Amino acid sequence: MARDERPDDDNWQVAGRSFASRLIVGTGKYKDFAQNAAAVEASGAEIVTVAVRRVNISDPKQPMLMDFIDPKKITYLPNTAGCFTAEEAIRTLRLAREAGGWTLVKLEVLGEARTLYPDMVETLRATEVLAKEGFEPMVYCADDPIAAKRLEDAGAVAIMPLGAPIGSGLGLQNRVMIRILVEQARVPVLVDAGVGTASDASVAMELGCDGVLMNTAIAEAKDPVTMARAMKGAVESGRLAYRAGRMGKRRYADPSSPLAGLI
Amino acid sequence: MFGFPVEQHETISIRINGQHRRVPKGISIADLALELGLEPARVAVERNLEIVPRSTLRDVAVEDGDDYEIVTFVGGG
Repeated sequence: MARDERPDDDNWQVAGRSFASRLIVGTGKYKDFAQNAAAVEASGAEIVTVAVRRVNISDPKQPMLMDFIDPKKITYLPNTAGCFTAEEAIRTLRLAREAGGWTLVKLEVLGEARTLYPDMVETLRATEVLAKEGFEPMVYCADDPIAAKRLEDAGAVAIMPLGAPIGSGLGLQNRVMIRILVEQARVPVLVDAGVGTASDASVAMELGCDGVLMNTAIAEAKDPVTMARAMKGAVESGRLAYRAGRMGKRRYADPSSPLAGLI
Repeated sequence: MFGFPVEQHETISIRINGQHRRVPKGISIADLALELGLEPARVAVERNLEIVPRSTLRDVAVEDGDDYEIVTFVGGG
């Protein structure tokens, strides 16, 4: 079998764990848990993000995410979505660790509701505290190489810059900055947010990202399960193209057929 | 709402996820969760802003005026 066809040949590592799939998917916005589970299956994802919320004590018998997506088979990555201060995020992840026992977490500290842009001052503060408490935070961040470096120094196990605002589906608006982050990082870089369709995911991977995290692009597709398949293919294709090394660009044509021997 | 005869016991007043509840005096947090219909293995409990380790849920008695947050994992991005 050719080198690139071996599925275990190109795993990526984060915080000492190894994963074959470079696609991380969210579990929000789906019609129901069954559709969500089917989309996760189709995506091939080995990690899903989950939110931490109050249990519904008025109706405790409602179906739960864990009934449909087995945390023994799929790695749960608890997030801090909805947190606007370091303290809220830290409190949320301490609870997540108690509920699931996991130290690998997704930290996001938001600056404002309109753009959901990360507040990097609070994010950095939270990263420092979490790392000291033994967490391994994968950190949603701005496409800011200085802030990214500080996050790494503070203990971030992955840098996850947005490609466009969360839920916008605009595709990568900042290819140059994403590439700079990839070139400087000593930890995995994953585009987190902004992907709208398959080609966006391929772009992220072709830039050399270690992975892509997405939710809305799959959940809000007319057919989420089919889009999940598309994203699986897009991430794999983009990764292969990156590894293959793309051709150089020219401004003018260059014929593919020989000029010699023309009749 | 509780399965046992609350009226025969002294009750105390607590808050769970922002809602006031009366529960029997002396109940453990684990029994509280079970009575609420929750699986203790799937939730995390914060009592007066301090996490209660899951291993101690059976040992900690609910006290009058306690404020609880009980959380679990839900879908999210």
